[in-house]
Amino acid sequence: MNTELIIPLLAAAIQSGTPILYATLGEILTEKSGVLNLGVEGMMITGALAAFVTAQATGQPMLAFLAAGLIGAAIGAIHAIVCLWFLGNQVVSGLALTIFGIGLANYLGTPLIGQTAPGFDKLALPLIHRLPVLGPVLFQQDVLVYVAILLVPSLWFFLDKCRWGLNLRAVGEHPEAAAAAGISVLRYRWIGILGGGCLAGFGGAYLSLAYTHLWTNGLSAGRGWIAVALVIFAFWRPERALLGAYLFGGVMAFQLRLQAVGTHLPSSLLLMLPYLLTVAVLVFSSWKSRQADAPAALGVNMEPND
Amino acid sequence: MFKLSAYKRQAPRPWSACLIFLAAVALSLGVSALMLKLQGKPALEGLQLLFQGALGSRWSIEDCLIKAIPIFLCSLGVAIAFRLQIWNIGAEGQFALGAIGATWAALTFPDQPGYILLPLMAFMAFMGGGLWGLIPALLKLRMRANEIIVTLMLNYIAILLLDYLVYGRWKDPSSFGFPMTRTFSANAIVPKIGTTELNWGIVLCLVSGLVMWVFFRFTRMGFELKVSGENLNATRYAGLPYEKLVCFVMLFSGALAGWAGFIEASATINRLQPSIMVGYGYTAIVVAWLARLNPLTIGIASFLLAALRVGVENLQLEMQVPAAFGGIMEGLILLTVLAGSYFNEFGFRFRRPS
Repeated sequence: MNTELIIPLLAAAIQSGTPILYATLGEILTEKSGVLNLGVEGMMITGALAAFVTAQATGQPMLAFLAAGLIGAAIGAIHAIVCLWFLGNQVVSGLALTIFGIGLANYLGTPLIGQTAPGFDKLALPLIHRLPVLGPVLFQQDVLVYVAILLVPSLWFFLDKCRWGLNLRAVGEHPEAAAAAGISVLRYRWIGILGGGCLAGFGGAYLSLAYTHLWTNGLSAGRGWIAVALVIFAFWRPERALLGAYLFGGVMAFQLRLQAVGTHLPSSLLLMLPYLLTVAVLVFSSWKSRQADAPAALGVNMEPND
Repeated sequence: MFKLSAYKRQAPRPWSACLIFLAAVALSLGVSALMLKLQGKPALEGLQLLFQGALGSRWSIEDCLIKAIPIFLCSLGVAIAFRLQIWNIGAEGQFALGAIGATWAALTFPDQPGYILLPLMAFMAFMGGGLWGLIPALLKLRMRANEIIVTLMLNYIAILLLDYLVYGRWKDPSSFGFPMTRTFSANAIVPKIGTTELNWGIVLCLVSGLVMWVFFRFTRMGFELKVSGENLNATRYAGLPYEKLVCFVMLFSGALAGWAGFIEASATINRLQPSIMVGYGYTAIVVAWLARLNPLTIGIASFLLAALRVGVENLQLEMQVPAAFGGIMEGLILLTVLAGSYFNEFGFRFRRPS
């Protein structure tokens, strides 16, 4: 392969990796607060629809992007109410959220199938976009790609260096101790869930506003679930999420290219690649990881004491 | 001043679970009426169509029962796994593999008599679904891989595998390019009961439900399963064979979903085609959680959610409401029941703050 083939492929990898990156960062934030949210797929797809509808109505992609974050957080709030207030099982609530979200997006989205919406255009960053290889791969993308990349150090800073981030992690590791130290467990878990939902919504917005400008049902195609798997691959660390998301973006872009070029391999087998890779990556990282990587209180509700 | 505070009940009250379910259904009906309004459809008339479509005639009730068969089998499987705290989200994929296994037998030995072919199809479906379910179990035990994600990914892979087969290898040459296999030979079709549209799959449901009840009630392994699900530490101290239990549970969980795929391919659509995948495996999760482990309540819940599907089909036909309407309601019912269970476990009393 020569550079003329590789550079567009890498650029496409960044694009297909970006929605997964948003969702993965969001789920890291949520899980660090000790809440498992399996509703990422549902929050993502409703976010995608919200962005699409807003973009059609207002013609303003940035507003649409924010709307997606808002709707993602609103769907996440259902999870927060069920799990934090009513102590529902987090696994089941997340699944229900996904079933609900996919249903809602397909229901409201069916009349829109095949329509287009104004989205984000490419924005070449001054000067550095001329760098060889790196320029066309990284710096001639749309603005949402840059936002996603900037989110990685921001989340790292928040979780590792910020007092609030430390509190949030404490709540995820040992809620009883955190509560005894005067930290409001529920408040930080709310922040974790809403923040995660917002980022998942952003990821969805990327799908409908930048990745395609066209609405189809089932746009997220399991990306939310891949994000949940990537959190484990990333050992709950934002910088490794970046690596994982772009790795997946690469595989998705690669199989699309292969389909476009026309191989004798059937498309259904090519489409399996990302899912097979998810299993492989998950198995590998679970095998390598230590128990200590996961937040200790992940998935456990705190019961009110009498 | 007195303050309202929650306390944990010693024993949940039996009638409140029922009440919570009714409240959940009422709430989700309310929200779905709102959804109809949102799309500019008359809400009350819509709900009426929903009920009429589901329970309005003999034909529609038969249709509910037919749809309840695969949902029941899948939920039974999912429920066994949930009992051991194994989150099998993979009924959808195991269903697909069961259908594929049964179809392989039906297409390979079309001329064998029914009393040989049908058991062979059932066996292949059992193996297909069961082995597909065993993969996440082994990955969980050997590599500590999270079974939720593995089973989910295997769903996507199984559906694509089914697509691959019906678009390629198994495609009927006379189907004008449609992705479907040949129609099964008469020997490979599970017959109908008497003059009804209902097939003998319902007997398979009754037998499986009964076996499961007996298993959990009277066998040593059933007891071990119940104990392990409730307390993993107790399992270790008592030296129960946890690994063996996980494999056993996932094998049978997958196999039951596989049987659902077999009945669906053989009795309902008489061939294999992509439209066989309508999300019964996901509905099964809702049913299993609503009904917990009791086969009888699983039966009732399966019928109700099947009725919801039939009702939504009517709504789709009469009012052009997208089929996804059913998904919204399923999600909502589950969410409200989850939240409502709080009132089952906790009571409230006024207390003087100390």
